[in-house]
Amino acid sequence: MRILLVEDDVEVARFVKKGLQEAGHTVEHAANGRDGLFLAASEQFDILVLDRMLPGGVDGVRLVETLRGQGNRTPVLFLSALGAVDERVKGLKAGGDDYLVKPFAFAELLARVEALARRPSVDAPATRLRVADLELDLLSRTVTRSAKKIDVQPREFRLLEHLMRHAGQVVTRTMLLEKVWDYHFDPQTNVIDVHVSRLRQKLDKGFDKPLIHTVRNAGYMIRAEP
Amino acid sequence: MVFAASSLVLVAVLWWATAGALDRQLAAAIRADAVALTERWRDAGATGLAEAIGERIALDVSNDAIYLLLDRQGQRLAGNLEAWPVSAHSDGIFSRASVARDGVPADARFLRRDLTAGGETWRLLVGRDESERLQLRLVLTEGVVWSLGASMLIAFAGAALIRRALERRLEPTFRTATGIAAGDMSRRVPISGRGDEFDRLGQGMNSMLDRIETLMQGVRGVSDAIAHDLRTPIARARSKLEESLSVASTEQELRAAVEQGIADLDNISRIFRALLRIAEAEAGARRAAFAGFDLPAVLADAAEFYQAAAEAREQLLETDLPASLPMVGDRDLLLQAVANLLDNAVKFTPDGGKVLLAARRLEDGAIEILVTDSGPGLPPQDQSRAGERFFRADQSRNTPGSGLGLSLARAVAQLHGGELELADAMPGADPPGLAVRLLLPGSD
Repeated sequence: MRILLVEDDVEVARFVKKGLQEAGHTVEHAANGRDGLFLAASEQFDILVLDRMLPGGVDGVRLVETLRGQGNRTPVLFLSALGAVDERVKGLKAGGDDYLVKPFAFAELLARVEALARRPSVDAPATRLRVADLELDLLSRTVTRSAKKIDVQPREFRLLEHLMRHAGQVVTRTMLLEKVWDYHFDPQTNVIDVHVSRLRQKLDKGFDKPLIHTVRNAGYMIRAEP
Repeated sequence: MVFAASSLVLVAVLWWATAGALDRQLAAAIRADAVALTERWRDAGATGLAEAIGERIALDVSNDAIYLLLDRQGQRLAGNLEAWPVSAHSDGIFSRASVARDGVPADARFLRRDLTAGGETWRLLVGRDESERLQLRLVLTEGVVWSLGASMLIAFAGAALIRRALERRLEPTFRTATGIAAGDMSRRVPISGRGDEFDRLGQGMNSMLDRIETLMQGVRGVSDAIAHDLRTPIARARSKLEESLSVASTEQELRAAVEQGIADLDNISRIFRALLRIAEAEAGARRAAFAGFDLPAVLADAAEFYQAAAEAREQLLETDLPASLPMVGDRDLLLQAVANLLDNAVKFTPDGGKVLLAARRLEDGAIEILVTDSGPGLPPQDQSRAGERFFRADQSRNTPGSGLGLSLARAVAQLHGGELELADAMPGADPPGLAVRLLLPGSD
């Protein structure tokens, strides 16, 4: 993937760039808003990672507003030290697709970048999601594994749906909290882990091949191969 | 100044309306008379005109008419003037002069008309004695000048008086503002109790100052908390890293220490985030984001969220919620507050215990959100202290948590104008359990 990183802090930029490159992506870096806007408008990127507060007269919000005004729909992930609820809303309203508050773990950033860049397309809504022998029917809202029906609660269904839409990708606990529960705060204890392990028990009971895997220091991933 | 200018305008209008009107009236009378006499001359010739003039002089009751008719040689045919005044030098103009009317000196105004027929020209002068009118005008002028002087005096004296009165009434407000600018935030504008606009201004300023002081306390609270309470975990993390740097002998040990360090930093930033959230709620800055929502849906969501955690510990998490309970507030913060209470309840209640989340509207319209558990509870002295930042009861030292959960719940309650109360869930029983009550005033 081709990623544009606009970040003025040298150390954070170096760290993020190196990490993304190690994950196999191509990274262009701009140190201020003006250069970032120029690059974003003139070249093709799969995703933009933007700091909100940038030098050079164009901050992250302005940059996105300008791009969106030109009809540029490249997914945008905001990185910001401004963590208040209102700031988040402001960033998303301007046209951002996701918002990550500093300080962050690199695994969190990587997971979000990959999730954004490979977002399910809206044009062709899938009615059925499949991972190995696990199948999710979005219309009848049923879950089957090897033709055996598995009973899940509505919230568990949404949890599983989110994991399956991002099959093969890491989904962090915070992402699940935000996307499945729409909670934007830190629940202190690992409530998410409990939900996931309960879902995992239901799915894997009677089967010897686990589907939901824990990725250490990052989150969860659903995939066919162990 | 405005008052002086307006009185000046008033006087000018008055002058124009009286003295000016008199003048215009006189000119109109003269012109009408001249027109009538010209008609007469056209009908009856110079002789008839002379007769008419004679008649008019005889019938002049107010004794102010002036006429003079001269023939082409300059001989007087009729009229009561002895000599032609010099200022009446051409046809159709108004002029003024001092003349002798039947031997009596008079200030007069007149109109000259030249009447021409068959190569012969008669000169007609029609006028009025103005002496009385001039007298009247003088009196008027004097009156106007005096009244103008008097009103100017009143304007300036009045302005000075009003300014002094204003200064006296605004002096305390001004002193308060200066005091606050100098850093004394406790100053308030004294209220006279008269309920006038100055009192309203003072009350407005005072409520503004109260608000500023609350906000400043919020900021001070955060900086206190940062200074006092973030230093401890930072110091702990630092000493652990430093120790491992000197003690660790293998790469594996060092790696473990770095990982521990990162975990500690994550924990610190979590505390930091919680502190900022509390400050946000305490400062009331989010009150603008208040919106209406249905409370039971939000609470049921939170209960469902913690249900899994409770079940994992074989606890029973029950809810007792009405079908609908609309309220106005900050949904996100309230949700977080309730989540914190549930988190505490599930955390501190032993395996197999019971947690209940209930909400209802009280008779006075207030909304009560209640979280009760069958845990060990808190001794009364701790119940009153819980909610202070970083307070942790002794028996909870070994349970994970920042100690900020109740602080946030309390700040959120206060943001909504309510309060947070702690009590024994089952007084007298052992263990007594804990009941945490969020009391929010009705949304009307």
